Amino acid sequence: MSPLRLLNRVGVYGFLGAMVFLSVFPFLWMVVGMTNTTGDIILGHLSLGHAFLDNTAKFFVQANAPLIFWNSAKISLFGTALTLIVSSFAGYGFEIFRSPTRDSLYAGLLFTIMIPFAVLMIPLFMIMGKLGLINTHIAIILPTVASGFVIFYFRQATKAFPSELRDAARVDGLKEWQIFLYIYIPTMRSTYAAAFIIVFMATWNNYLWPLVVLQTNEMKTITLVISSLASAYYPDYGVVMVGALLATLPTLVVFFTMQRQFVQGMLGSIK
Amino acid sequence: MPARTALRRYYDVNGWFFVAPSLALIAAFMVYPIVWSLWMSFQTGRGLVMHFGGLTNIVRLTEDPVFQLALTNTILFFVIQVPIMLALALFTAVLLDDPKLKFRGVIRTFIFLPCVMSLVVYSVLFKSMFVDDGVVNRALEAMGAISGPIPWMSDPFWARVLLIVAITWRWTGYNMIFYLAALQNIDRSIYEVARIDGVPSIARFFRLTVPMLKPVILFTTVTSTIGTLQLFDEARNIVASDTSAGTAGPGNSVLTLSVYIYNLTFRFMPNFGYAATVSYVIVILVAFLSFAQFYVARERD
Repeated sequence: MSPLRLLNRVGVYGFLGAMVFLSVFPFLWMVVGMTNTTGDIILGHLSLGHAFLDNTAKFFVQANAPLIFWNSAKISLFGTALTLIVSSFAGYGFEIFRSPTRDSLYAGLLFTIMIPFAVLMIPLFMIMGKLGLINTHIAIILPTVASGFVIFYFRQATKAFPSELRDAARVDGLKEWQIFLYIYIPTMRSTYAAAFIIVFMATWNNYLWPLVVLQTNEMKTITLVISSLASAYYPDYGVVMVGALLATLPTLVVFFTMQRQFVQGMLGSIK
Repeated sequence: MPARTALRRYYDVNGWFFVAPSLALIAAFMVYPIVWSLWMSFQTGRGLVMHFGGLTNIVRLTEDPVFQLALTNTILFFVIQVPIMLALALFTAVLLDDPKLKFRGVIRTFIFLPCVMSLVVYSVLFKSMFVDDGVVNRALEAMGAISGPIPWMSDPFWARVLLIVAITWRWTGYNMIFYLAALQNIDRSIYEVARIDGVPSIARFFRLTVPMLKPVILFTTVTSTIGTLQLFDEARNIVASDTSAGTAGPGNSVLTLSVYIYNLTFRFMPNFGYAATVSYVIVILVAFLSFAQFYVARERD
């Protein structure tokens, strides 16, 4: 290898190594921070400390950890399940039963993907007020169930759904909803898996809308609690780190177990 | 023909059956709020007591220094952060596209990893890393890059830099994945031909790679633009902010339009009409910038 090529190689690996280090460092920082006292954290200690049990105990006392974790899990799992059912239903319907009217409604639907949430926030808050749903988890889930993006995602995926399967099922006398339930859903498992990851992550990590709607501590999600713990004048970072790890673990697990579907799901939106 | 009519009817009945639940929900929680917001932007008053104000709110925008600061900040973050991040993502993707590179998969996974962290969580982690005597200042001092600690938390300029660094950390890997996928669809023989013809690597990058990636570059630019214009979670969590007073960062240096709308609605004496007007500023910005980006991309064809 010529000296120039070697230098080039070293440069490439050096750059990528730096990128990897910077990308991973905050994760390590979180794990190390969990074991240190706040005093050590704000002095940048990088070695493991002895405060892990203390931090964890404090987090469980200050934040009612099992409850807020359950709140987050409940909202994310129910919300994601409903979104997948309702939105895949529509994505399938728009693709299979085409009509000029529905095509133009679909075009309008795509437009809603671009609408910033800030525009919807105040009217949504008032609607939830009228429905008596302020400070409930239903109010968090309801506006996200029909998602322009997820409908678009499923319509794109449905283009690859073999029409022979559908025709054969029709000949066999299955009703359209039965075809959807018994043939489409099982055939499109990987599409559902990818959509599940995307929607679950978004719901689990949602901040602004829960911040607006959830007002009492026992209704709050883990994301909200971390934010409020960290916005104290002197935040107890050791405690915050425990919460941060708890909030990150589910998404990390989902990511590492379903990495392929994860990336497919992301890329599915541009195909 | 009766058979055709029956078929059409069959399609219509089933079609509406499948799309109706979504359409109803979108009408209630999307279309209705959009229209209501627009109507509200012409109303003025406090709380629920509102009356028609005509263009009062638009006049107020021109006289409101806090709004103008929020607008300037938001545009500043977008103009500086999006190009830096996308250039970094593209550069990394091109390096990773080399089939002879070792540990490609592992490197790709690690660089993508920041995407699994919630916006609030990474914001508070960054907050704890960038305190005056914190790990980042210490590392920079150890490397000899700085002589004293950088006041990330108390200086408006450095608070903005911190926000830009943080957003870049979170989204570079995400955009890189799109570029990598697009690069894999490029026929490698094109590069071989260019290489044999003696085209230098920098020219290959700008004359071959970039034009072929144009659709995906456009896609990432538009989505990043929309995301940056709506910045909220980071701006509210990354620097010590007085949330009760509703400021964001030292001297409101990281106040974004979304944070301002939130403050107008839920922190100050609520003025829904004015808040709705500010939210439509984001709509106009998103629409205008998306259109401009599509237009620029089309021009070069």
